[in-house]
Amino acid sequence: MKMVVCVKRVPDTAESEVHIDASGKDIDKSRLSFGINECDNYAVEEAIQIKERLGEGTVTVISLGDKDSDEVIRMALAKGGDEAIRLEDEAFKGGDGLAVAKALAAAIKGLEYDIVFTGALADDDGYGVVPAALGELLGVPHATYVKKVEILEPGKRAKVGRELEGGLLEFLEIDLPCVLGIQTGINEPRYASFKGIKQAAKKEIAIKSAADLGLDASEVGEAGSWAVLEQFTPPVVGEMAEILEGEPDETAAKLAAILKEKGLV
Amino acid sequence: MELLYELDEEKRLFRRTVRDFSEQVIRPQVDHLWETGEFPYDIVRKMGELGIMGIPWPEEYGGAGGDYLAYAIAVEELARVDGSCAITVEAHISLGSSPFYYYGSEEQKREWLVPLAQGKMLASFGLTEPEAGSDAQNTQTRAELKNGEWVINGTKCFITNPGTEMSGVVTITAVTGVRPSGKKEISNIYVPKGTPGYNISPKYKKMGWHASDTRELNFEDCRVPEGNLIGNRGDGFKQFLDCLDGGRIAIAALAVGTAQGAFEESVKYAKERVQFRRPIASFQAIQFKLADMATDIELARTLTYKAAAMRDAKVPHTKEASMAKLFASEMCMRATTQAVQIFGGYGYMDEYPVSRYFRDAKILEIGEGTSEVQRMVIARELGLR
Ligand SMILES: Cc1cc2nc3c(=O)[nH]c(=O)nc-3n(C[C@H](O)[C@H](O)[C@H](O)COP(=O)(O)OP(=O)(O)OC[C@H]3O[C@@H](n4cnc5c(N)ncnc54)[C@H](O)[C@@H]3O)c2cc1C
Ligand SMILES: Cc1cc2nc3c(=O)[nH]c(=O)nc-3n(C[C@H](O)[C@H](O)[C@H](O)COP(=O)(O)OP(=O)(O)OC[C@H]3O[C@@H](n4cnc5c(N)ncnc54)[C@H](O)[C@@H]3O)c2cc1C
Repeated sequence: MKMVVCVKRVPDTAESEVHIDASGKDIDKSRLSFGINECDNYAVEEAIQIKERLGEGTVTVISLGDKDSDEVIRMALAKGGDEAIRLEDEAFKGGDGLAVAKALAAAIKGLEYDIVFTGALADDDGYGVVPAALGELLGVPHATYVKKVEILEPGKRAKVGRELEGGLLEFLEIDLPCVLGIQTGINEPRYASFKGIKQAAKKEIAIKSAADLGLDASEVGEAGSWAVLEQFTPPVVGEMAEILEGEPDETAAKLAAILKEKGLV
Repeated sequence: MELLYELDEEKRLFRRTVRDFSEQVIRPQVDHLWETGEFPYDIVRKMGELGIMGIPWPEEYGGAGGDYLAYAIAVEELARVDGSCAITVEAHISLGSSPFYYYGSEEQKREWLVPLAQGKMLASFGLTEPEAGSDAQNTQTRAELKNGEWVINGTKCFITNPGTEMSGVVTITAVTGVRPSGKKEISNIYVPKGTPGYNISPKYKKMGWHASDTRELNFEDCRVPEGNLIGNRGDGFKQFLDCLDGGRIAIAALAVGTAQGAFEESVKYAKERVQFRRPIASFQAIQFKLADMATDIELARTLTYKAAAMRDAKVPHTKEASMAKLFASEMCMRATTQAVQIFGGYGYMDEYPVSRYFRDAKILEIGEGTSEVQRMVIARELGLR
């Protein structure tokens, strides 16, 4: 089975304070540390585990991003990825989920594949668009929020469990090739071994520009996007908001009274 | 050596791996390990699988084929989260495994270094004795060659890693004769665990490093084959001095990591703790403490990496290793003291992590040569007699 995993390098904002930068269109990333998008880490692991279970197959890692993304790609190679492609072009900048999917689709079209894995959602912009858009652009079935994958017939069919609200799993059979957007918790991502890291350092990462992929600059990046980011603003405390003050037991009592009054409990 | 302002990609990836492992696997167990003093078997086994227990040794001997700098980075990252795990790795590699790698015969390497490097077995190094601490040459333990066997008698104290279920072998220094000059002839001999006459005492109760295995060892007419000699007879002292050069770099890294862990806790706490209606981080008195800590840590790290890179480049580095160990351990004591200070009364409480970092720090000024001994080494290297 041939598998492709799309990975994204994102800032780690869980433990840091986030500030909007001077442009108003981005956050100040100068003090942040970066790493692989959390869902993508599970997607990499899922592909490698399938390869290991079947005892055959290849895993190609693809990322759209500048040179800094190499670290994320190499870590995936160190864990068991076989080949790597990085999409880099000025024209890719400022793209929405659809524009990113267009670039990824163009790169993946040139490959043989049975399953394309992505993360279900990116930690930074949270659009959750790429897996579905990628499926449509490639003209293959897709499923997102995937928390279980079982290969029924290699190269032909798989059974996948999608996570619904309240932890429910919806099972469906899907024809291959397909695109699967992977949810966190599907597996236990491994740590790269020191040997794996050394071997990954020797592997080549193929760099592809828009022109290499046969894409015109107008199709990708900001120009090729349906949604364009205008501005970030911190949430303002609106007039509708009521801030409860006082000791915890007082505020809790007030909150309970409001919820009861509105018939919410 | 190039100026190190950034590590190469391989080292950055490796640091990320050890950091993720420390945060996700070790961090949740730290309190339990500290309270119970249980040895972290599952953590050590997993570290073996990742190649951490044999980073600097070649792949043909079961190692990860890394260098000393990569090893120092791993120890630093482990110590940032847990000193006991870090010293277990440090004593295993720098002290326990080193003699086999540097001076062992091909056969000894195959038999011992391979399982040690793979993390399937733990090693210790027994140098210190009740009468031979800083004065390590004053070894009293004797090994007499009788009928093709070394008969060992003596006591070793404060030895790391000998008593766990994974412990397999200890290398000791022993007096094997008298030199023509009248001085003691000291040799290194390894003793497999389980050899009759090799007795291992219960664990010491320690100020820090609770989950690290430290014990007294006793040898009573303990017999091992003549072939258990490591390297040449009489080279024992020279050998362990070289192993200690490496060990001191790793202890420096352990100090950098310990200080870094305490520093990060302090920054977080200072931003959260409100007194006089403001976060204490807004007071210059606290800001200056944190600024000094950050500066100290950066200096110690730079010196440590330099010493490690010198060892990798195989250039003389006795002075730099001692300087790194001296500066890093003393700065770690300063930094963890200030960390407790920033936490106020809470820092004095067991359940706050800085009290653990503080207690873990003190040994770094003592083990593998006290601060006084480091100053003696540096002075000697400066040509002062
Ligand atoms: C937790 C722990 C783990 C250890 N692990 C190991 C291990 O795995 N293997 C091993 O072999 N050892 C190990 N040790 C022993 C350690 O290396 C010794 O404790 C250390 O070398 C100091 O020796 P000592 O305790 O006998 O102190 P002493 O040598 O008695 O020193 C006491 C004081 O006198 C000072 N002093 C001594 N001589 C001089 C001098 N000439 N000039 C000025 N000051 C001097 C010292 O600096 C110190 O301040 C460990 C110790 C501990 C606490
Ligand atoms: C074992 C023990 C016994 C105790 N016994 C008693 C007792 O019997 N009775 C009692 O009432 N209390 C007792 N205490 C409490 C003790 O007096 C307080 O811990 C101490 O006053 C510090 O307060 P804090 O812990 O809240 O630290 P904080 O006030 O939060 O201080 C944290 C850090 O911020 C610094 N800081 C705070 N404000 C400023 C500022 N404006 N400018 C610069 N730096 C600042 C502090 O110097 C410190 O470094 C005890 C504490 C301990 C640990």
